[in-house]
Parts: sequence; structure tokens; C-alpha cells
Amino acid sequence: MTFSTIQALVLRNLYLYSRTPVRLVELVFWPLVDLLVWGYLTVFLQKHTGDSFPYQITFLIGAVILWDILFRAQQGVALYFLEDVWSRNLLNVFSAPVTNADYLASTYVIGFLRAAVTSLLLSVLAIILYSFNLFELNWSLVPFVFNLLLFGWSLGMISTALIVRWGPAAETLAWAVPFFIQPFAAVYYPIDALPEAIRWIAELIPCAHVFEGMRDGLKDGTISWIALGKATGLNLLYLALAGMLFVRVMNTAREKGLLTKFVAQ
Amino acid sequence: MESPVLEVTDLVKEFGAVRPVNGVSFSMKRGEILGLLGANGAGKTTMINMILGIVTPTAGSIRVFDRDLTRDRIAILRRMNFCSTYTQLPGNLRVWQNLTVFGKIYRVPNLKKRIDEVLELLEIAHLKDRVSGNLSAGESTRLNLCKALLNKPELLLLDEPTASLDPDIADKVRKVTKRIREEDGTSILYTSHNMRDVEEVCDRIIFMHQGKILFTGTSAETLEHFQEESLESLFIRVARGGEIESAAAGNQ
Repeated sequence: MTFSTIQALVLRNLYLYSRTPVRLVELVFWPLVDLLVWGYLTVFLQKHTGDSFPYQITFLIGAVILWDILFRAQQGVALYFLEDVWSRNLLNVFSAPVTNADYLASTYVIGFLRAAVTSLLLSVLAIILYSFNLFELNWSLVPFVFNLLLFGWSLGMISTALIVRWGPAAETLAWAVPFFIQPFAAVYYPIDALPEAIRWIAELIPCAHVFEGMRDGLKDGTISWIALGKATGLNLLYLALAGMLFVRVMNTAREKGLLTKFVAQ
Repeated sequence: MESPVLEVTDLVKEFGAVRPVNGVSFSMKRGEILGLLGANGAGKTTMINMILGIVTPTAGSIRVFDRDLTRDRIAILRRMNFCSTYTQLPGNLRVWQNLTVFGKIYRVPNLKKRIDEVLELLEIAHLKDRVSGNLSAGESTRLNLCKALLNKPELLLLDEPTASLDPDIADKVRKVTKRIREEDGTSILYTSHNMRDVEEVCDRIIFMHQGKILFTGTSAETLEHFQEESLESLFIRVARGGEIESAAAGNQ
């Protein structure tokens, strides 16, 4: 892994965002729509339930923000590859002295930056619009958010690997993959809201434990170490598996000439 | 004796039942411009992709700078570069931004100065602040060439570099190609469908057909071997499959 190569690849993306502000809109627009819809639903429910308003519903706003951290981190990795496809730059990058590790590390940085921009903006708006302060969770927020980033990176690598393997027709997977797991990820409801027969799926998804842990934290202000431990353990496993899948698919792509199929001739 | 810059031995590539490259061997000397000729489907692009490490050979070996490409790919790629008509640099970035990114990837020293040098060499210094996507086809090809020359490559792969250029700019590109060989001793593997390019620029030609080498030699030797008056008529004859087997056999 070479720092200057990672720096160059990150720089390319920063130039891209600075040159095309419309891409920043994508970082802001959909998350903002989500925040407004879920936020005002929360306000509506709050008005009609009075003092008996359950804390889980307050967490809907937090869930919107936190889900977006995961989603933007995944997008940072998956769209990074597609940017090279769309600009017909793919062969320039892969014929340059760039290792898989350089490439992945730079996608992680971009994923982190995308998640940071969106989550900070939404957090500030949540305070202004709904008096919901995600930062009340204090330091417990940091390891949970980091776990969301890790899982976003894993999903991003899986998305990219599938796109490389199945070709340009599979581009929509860059947006679809996180939503395959969302119903089981306990984002807006606890794991025990799921039918008993499929709860085991949620148990295998790291972000489900993050959202469970965050709900517990919001309820009594304590860190759920068990949830954090489960999320971290699963994340390390998935990160390793996703990395292995990416490397394997890239090797297959070189054997089958798949990368050249992304170049319109 | 100086070892070859590029040495390809018994190279085979199979995609399922298809064999776009079938037992190809050749080598390149330092400072040589070697033309890779052949009709569409002859195996030229697959060959270049294998030398770049984008496609893995099924059999055979590729040695560049006396190192095995499979084992030392990244170290080798630092000393090579590539330019193709079929690739572009990101259209949203300015010319200098694209060159900065690739200059950093190739660890080019004194990058700003080098960017100015290559832009001057390709006569597009006035476009330095322009958005790459707004360049004409000819300007865009020259920008690609700038990227390919940034790291002063010892081995340069040019895949149809004059395909989209008008005669004036194509002439300039040919002159630049010869100049960098003379000044820097760069070895250049050059594919083109433009026979004038090949005759003017290349020291030697490899004529490929259906994944195999039909003939290797200078333009004059090639024409004499196939008893043709021009490379263009030879190209058409080979592309249409006319009486090539006996001619190829004469080369064995």
C-alpha cells in the first residue's frame, strides 16, 4: 500500500466533487428528504401520544441519520468504481501502478468523507428542526458510528465485486445492495419486531446490533457493550470476507478480461 | 548483451473456446518502435491488455525490464505507461487536475514542471485550465498522450494513438513519438490501423492474424515477403484471408 497513490486517488475524487457541485446535492438531497419525512412523522406521533410517547419513536430521527452514514459509506466505495467506468478512465487506473489495497483504501477514505458530510449536516438539521440531539449519546456514538462505516465499506466492496463480475448491466447494485439487508437491519424497529423465524438473519447483520445498541443508549444513557461487541466481531469478519471476495473477483476479472468489457469500443 | 525491454514467450490467451492470442513470441529492444498490426480480432488489444496486466495470460510468459510481469507487476508498471483511443481521462476534471492525479500515482518528481513540459510537447499548454470533457477529440487524444508521457516511461504502449486525429495533428503525434524515442530512448509498442503511421514510425512490424504472428520484420521486408506493394494492400489481403497461409509458412 502506497500513501502517495492513495492520496492521488482520493484527490481525484475531491477534484470531481469540487468541479461538479451537483454531486454534492446527491449527498444532501435524499438524506434531507428522509429526515423531513421521518422527522415530521415523529412530531405528528408525539403530538398524538402526549407524555406516553415511546423513546423508540424519537429514535426514528436518529435512525435516519445513522442509516445514511452506512449508506453513504457503501456508496463511497461502490460509486468510486462506477465513476471510472462512466468516464472511460477504468483502464488508465488499472494499468497504472495501483494495488488492490491502494484502490480499496482510497475508496474507504471517500466513503468516510461522504458519510461525514451527510451525517454532520443531518445532525445539525435534526437539532434545529426537531430538537433531536444525536450527540446526547456522547462518546458511545463514536464506536457505533465506526461500526456503521465498517459495514458500509464491506457492502461497498461486495457491490463493486458483483458489478465487476456481472458487468455494466449490474450497475444498479451500487444503490440496491444496502436495501437488500435493510428490512433485517433493525434500523427503525427492534430485532424482536421481526417474526421469530427470521430473527437469526438480523443477528448476523452488524448494523442490526448497532441500531439495537443505540436505542438502548438513548433509553438509559448506557453503552450496550454486548451489542457493540457483536457488531465489531461481525464487522471484522465481513470486512475480511468482502476483501477476499474483491481480490478474488479482480483476479477472475483479469483471467476473463472482464475489466475490458467496461470500456466502450 | 543488453536484455530485451519486453520479452513475450509462447503467449496464449483463451476466453472459453476462443483463443485471441495463440502461441505468440517476440521481444523488443531498448529504443525500438515496434508496430503491432492486424485486422480487428487479430489479438492486438488482448496482447496489449496482457502486457499491462489487465488480462492474465492462459499460458506463456511476459518479462518486462527482465522481470516477470506476474510477480513484479506494480514495479514494472511504474516504468511503463499506456495511451489508447478507447480510454479517456475524467471529463469533469481540468487538464492540470487529471495530470496531477496521474503524476502522483506514477510518483513523478517535480510534477508541476513535468506537466508543463508534456503539455508543451503536445502543443496543448494553452488548454491547461480547460475542463477535459470540453476538449475536441484531437485535444483529448493529446491529453491522453500527456498522461502517458508524464513518468518518462521506458516502455510505452500506444493503442491506435492517431485514430481520431486530423492529418495535421496525426503528423504531430508521429513526430512526438519519434522524438521521445530519440531523446529518452523510450521503447514503444504501437498499434494502428493507419498504415502510414506504421511505415513512418515503426522500426519493425509484427503482423498478426487470428491470434498468431504471420510475419516479423521491417516494412520493406514485410512487403517483400508477401510480395505486396503497400502495407495497406497487404492489410486488406490478410484481413480478407486471401492466400496468407502459404505466405506465413514461408516465414517459419
